[in-house]
Amino acid sequence: MYSKVEARNFYILVAASGLITGIGLVAAWLMEEHGHIITGMNNQIVWGIPHVFAIFMIVAASGVLNVASIGSVFGKSVYKARAPLSSLLSIALLAGGLTVLMLDLGRADRLMVAMTNYNLTSVFAWNVVLYSGLFSFAAIYLWTMMDPRMKPWNKPAAFAVFAWRIILTTGTGLIFAFLVARQAYGSALLPPMFIVMSFAWGLAVFHIVQSSLYAWNGKTLDPVILQRMKNLLGLFVIATLYFVATYHLTNLYFARQDGFERFILAGGGIFPWLFWAGYVLLGSFLPLVLIFHPAFDKTRHTVIASLLVIFGSFALLYVFIIGGQAYPLSIFPGYEVTSSFGDGQIASYSPSLPEFLLGLGGLGVAFLITTICVRVLGMAPPHDIPDRRKRDTF
Amino acid sequence: MSAENPERRAFLGKASALAAGLAIAPGVLLFGFAHGRPAGEAASGKVRWGMLVDTNQCGNGCNDCVTACNKENGLSGGTKATDSQWIRKVELKNMKGGRNLSLPVMCQHCEHPPCVDVCPTGASFRRADGIVLVDKHRCIGCRYCMMACPYKARSFVHEPLADQKPDVPRGKGTVESCTLCVHRVDRGEQPACVEACAKAGRGAILFGDLNDPESEISKRIRTVASAQIRADLMLNPGIRYEGI
Repeated sequence: MYSKVEARNFYILVAASGLITGIGLVAAWLMEEHGHIITGMNNQIVWGIPHVFAIFMIVAASGVLNVASIGSVFGKSVYKARAPLSSLLSIALLAGGLTVLMLDLGRADRLMVAMTNYNLTSVFAWNVVLYSGLFSFAAIYLWTMMDPRMKPWNKPAAFAVFAWRIILTTGTGLIFAFLVARQAYGSALLPPMFIVMSFAWGLAVFHIVQSSLYAWNGKTLDPVILQRMKNLLGLFVIATLYFVATYHLTNLYFARQDGFERFILAGGGIFPWLFWAGYVLLGSFLPLVLIFHPAFDKTRHTVIASLLVIFGSFALLYVFIIGGQAYPLSIFPGYEVTSSFGDGQIASYSPSLPEFLLGLGGLGVAFLITTICVRVLGMAPPHDIPDRRKRDTF
Repeated sequence: MSAENPERRAFLGKASALAAGLAIAPGVLLFGFAHGRPAGEAASGKVRWGMLVDTNQCGNGCNDCVTACNKENGLSGGTKATDSQWIRKVELKNMKGGRNLSLPVMCQHCEHPPCVDVCPTGASFRRADGIVLVDKHRCIGCRYCMMACPYKARSFVHEPLADQKPDVPRGKGTVESCTLCVHRVDRGEQPACVEACAKAGRGAILFGDLNDPESEISKRIRTVASAQIRADLMLNPGIRYEGI
């Protein structure tokens, strides 16, 4: 039996998430009305803070399904009990991410054009199909879990979701991997890196939501389950660090990428700070200490670790997306270059309030969908009764 | 009444000749622009429009091509990071030898344009005659093409526009770039930058059909050393440079 969010908390949460969503929509309307001139984005930094938010949510939407996959595909019962919440969070995060991505378009009113004109060579167009597919598969998977008549289809649906989300995150990584002309991107390492990042970020989101639901309903999570799930988060954080390190080390090895790596890792102003202090220290090492050090075994430590992982993910995405564009394109190798269009110059970018609020609005959408569905569909995670005999079957 | 008026007859004869002349003049004029393409006729794949920029002739500090482009296409001419720049002058200094160069960079009208590959809606497209364009009615403003372009040739319209040129449709929230002055080319004229460069007495930009072995540009490409920018990407741009 799933327990329900306590009524008062529910309405406060709906109001709060509705307000954040509303503010995001106002920001989008302002951007539509005045044009992108009111954002910090320009012809050099064409993707900004909204894309950091959107990509975080889309990547996490895929990763949060890990809990469901471990349950249904790999048959771990503790995770299976959490599969409905995991699927719901995936739909919610994807909806949030796509809302931001869509409302940031120069012509958001032309959504129908995007839905009816597919350029088959475009990875963006593939992603439109992949996103719609994930919505459908996750919804069908939820259906197989909630309707006893659909139970026989649960396993096939779980496999379909599992395969689809791996392809989806590959597609997200390919958006950058196919950009051969930019030093920061154009690497075959990006799709697997995005998949591993999705595991960590999705699980961090899951931890926070699960812990919040338990806290608000006056329940406690079985410490053994907490231990298992937080160790898994630790493993994913380490795997992400490994991929990020490999990406930079391979770049450092190529002479032509020297300048870019020096910019991102050492001399590039805010970017090295965000990378080392934001992503590596606060977003990876500190969470690992909180996860693996025996002194920190409480739920709140896991929640703080998860929040730090999410903070680190934003720092990493900012460096990756904005830093990747800020470093000048190498159009004339071997020459010092100047022009009126920023050639040879580090591009500057100061995010404005509307674009930041738009990104936040996307989180509001995810928050709102989660809050309503958890209550209406009864998707809170189960109140596990600690049972020593079961522990070995996790 | 029966008496004929020779003067009147002469007048009528001249007036008729003038009227006939006026009637066929546009046709004759159209015939004069022999390279022009009649309205409604599709661009031909037999032609590949291109340019050859002679950097030895291109003057450091000369901006005439940029000014002409802005005027022709109704661009503001502003150089803020949010302003559209379809063509820009780039100053180069060789890091080893110290040699200085100046050249214009615009959309390179690639044979395999990355912007066309990545555009989700097919708004970015390559015409049969090699001109790469953006369909302003289909562009959703995602800016993926700007991320993909190796030449940073594209601009995004960040603000509402006023006083647009009828021949050059533009739109807030869409991406745009050099059209190779397609409206002029279709009339049989040269792009505005080419004309301005010639007028400035430099003649650094040669425009023509790369597919026609007898065209001036093809002959020149056969006789002088020319290069494509980022040739390593194998995009086969239609814009070539001499002296880089």
